[in-house]
Amino acid sequence: MLAVTGKLAAASLALALIAASASTASAQKKYDTGATDTEIKIGNIMPYSGPASAYGVIGRTEAAYFKKINEEGGVNGRKINFISYDDGYSPPKTVEQARKLVESDEVLLIFNSLGTPPNSAIHKYMNSKKVPQLFVATGATKWNDPKNFPWTMGWQPNYQSETQIYAKWLLKNKPDAKIAVLYQNDDYGKDYLKGLKDGLGAKAASMIVIEESYETSEPTIDNHIVKLKSTGADVFMNITTPKFAAQAIKKNAEIGWKPLHFLNNVSASVGSVIRPAGFENAQDIISADYLKDVADPEWANDPGMKGFLEFMAKYFPEGDKLAHESIVGYGVAQTLVQVLKQCGDDLTRENVMKQAANLKDFRTEVLLPGIQINTSPTDFAPISQLRLERFKGEKWDLFGDVISADVGG
Amino acid sequence: MSAAEDVVTEAPAVEAVPKRAMTLGTGTSLLVLAALLIMPVFVKNFIIFQMTMLLIYGLAVLALNILTGGSGQFSLGQSAFYAVGAYTTAVLMEHFNVNYALTLPIAGVVCFAFGFLFGQPALRLSGVYLALATFALATAMPQLLKLNFLEHWTGGVQGLVVTKPDAPFGLPMSQDMWLYYFTLVVVIAIYIFSVNLLRSRSGRAFMAIRDNEIAASAMGVDVALYKTLAFGVSAAVTGVAGSLGAIAVQFVAPDSYTITLAISLFLGMVVGGVGWLPGSIVGAAFIIFVPNIAEGISKGLSGAVFGVLLFLVIYLVPHGARQVAILGQQFAGKLRKN
Repeated sequence: MLAVTGKLAAASLALALIAASASTASAQKKYDTGATDTEIKIGNIMPYSGPASAYGVIGRTEAAYFKKINEEGGVNGRKINFISYDDGYSPPKTVEQARKLVESDEVLLIFNSLGTPPNSAIHKYMNSKKVPQLFVATGATKWNDPKNFPWTMGWQPNYQSETQIYAKWLLKNKPDAKIAVLYQNDDYGKDYLKGLKDGLGAKAASMIVIEESYETSEPTIDNHIVKLKSTGADVFMNITTPKFAAQAIKKNAEIGWKPLHFLNNVSASVGSVIRPAGFENAQDIISADYLKDVADPEWANDPGMKGFLEFMAKYFPEGDKLAHESIVGYGVAQTLVQVLKQCGDDLTRENVMKQAANLKDFRTEVLLPGIQINTSPTDFAPISQLRLERFKGEKWDLFGDVISADVGG
Repeated sequence: MSAAEDVVTEAPAVEAVPKRAMTLGTGTSLLVLAALLIMPVFVKNFIIFQMTMLLIYGLAVLALNILTGGSGQFSLGQSAFYAVGAYTTAVLMEHFNVNYALTLPIAGVVCFAFGFLFGQPALRLSGVYLALATFALATAMPQLLKLNFLEHWTGGVQGLVVTKPDAPFGLPMSQDMWLYYFTLVVVIAIYIFSVNLLRSRSGRAFMAIRDNEIAASAMGVDVALYKTLAFGVSAAVTGVAGSLGAIAVQFVAPDSYTITLAISLFLGMVVGGVGWLPGSIVGAAFIIFVPNIAEGISKGLSGAVFGVLLFLVIYLVPHGARQVAILGQQFAGKLRKN
């Protein structure tokens, strides 16, 4: 008996020594469910089917990007196991899939789940389970709320910060503007409107002459445009989704209304909005962006853009490289890889959130020059900078400096 | 059958199911019940959650079965009743702090009224026309929930988050397990009620209307009353399912209750066997699990794979689970004889 204990003691001493020497070489390895020496399990939920299935491209781009990372050796030697499920943009299904990922597949975190209603459905669940709901793919402002929801973080600039930027610009350059607002009657439209009002502050009541809303079920918004024109406004704040944005640009030209036209980033796509509306009708429209546009010849020789195009050609050749969704998926996946790199060997959920809230001047090369990703324990809005751009000829021209606007949820 | 009658009454779209064939034998029922009671002890919380959803969708399919299998009326608008039930519970729980268990009967009553009222104009319609009218209801519902003047209560597009109840009396049970047993009790109670309803005088009236309206009215059945009553009962049961769904999912939003849900429920009824009440659970299992299987086979083509699987089921067993059960029974009977 004594001999056995002696042997055990020796063995454990030896083990302790090995462990000690290992820990001097690298920080001690710590894992939560979903991470091991060889693998990191990442969950994801996307609408691959249903009305919002166009966004499914984001998930497929991310899967392709993690494949690239794995072929290049993974993150700190660990392969990423990317498990992506379909929720068809239906919140109850999102709950089922999130629970499957967390409780059955046992992922380390859920990454870039898409849509405001689906993410709202799992918001409370993820936070009570203390599983990171990282870089959600929606621009709602409520994701930046570290105090009440410390396990949830957005990625893209939130809707409110964008209109705040327009408001700042207007106050500086056109303080006597008479603003006509057209917005979609849902959370997205209202978020934008709130940002505008907050940004204008006390002058909001006097500067905004009309707030007009439309429903997505309306076939055309022509009558709204006519009504806006009749108010004599000289600034048009166009908070509409692509189909309606194109209609608005066209109708403006038809009835000869030429206000200073602000178009929200949601509809700033040259391919799906400006070209159908006609380049001649879209001159001098102002918008804001944070990502490089693949179609823009300015980035033809840009190393970041070249890297993206090489990735698309090699790992996702069936994908549309001009699609906004592809470049978003690429950028957000790069941000996650950066977070995992920073985590080192401490792959606990707590450390994942800690590192996600500790991004300092990080850039993925598909962001516009000057825009950086910064987070802190009190700032859960990774991208809160945008650059203004004006439509000239057949492309957007950037103007002015990088503008920041941090808005909490 | 005279030519005149041919014109007046179309061939019944729903096959006449004798009322005895609508339920399971006692032995089988007890076996299923025992399995449902014991199962949660052995599985993970996630599976318990899925089983809860299975019961809830099963209840909603059952409600449709009472309407279509019982009284022969079609509805593609069940998602609207489901939504009303879910929102009733969510609003009562979150704005008025009503106990979750109390919200179920309230949701049932609200939906009964809603269904009964909807049944009034629906009386003038039959077959595909009725299906279309209910379809309109299902399409309109998500937009109605987004209306501005309701937003204060419904939370608009953002929806409402519902708090999940803990097990009462300090029972050593997870929230999921408690909710499962709670749901199970409600579902069994409603199942027994439905079986008895269909065996009662009212049930016979439903079936008489289903089989031949003119004959039913000649026998003294108040066709208008019983048709609307069937709508009311079906809506009430769907509403209770919606309430349970809201508590289980912990979230309600207009996007949860689109026409897709109504079609899923319809699909569940057909796969389970129209007019066969136990088939409702089989149908619910089909609409919950088969999309997951389809997704496992091919992510990009999950919809197409689901279509192929559905096609196979309809082609091989056109009467759904009921047919499988009957075949099984015959097979067992043969074995016994030998």
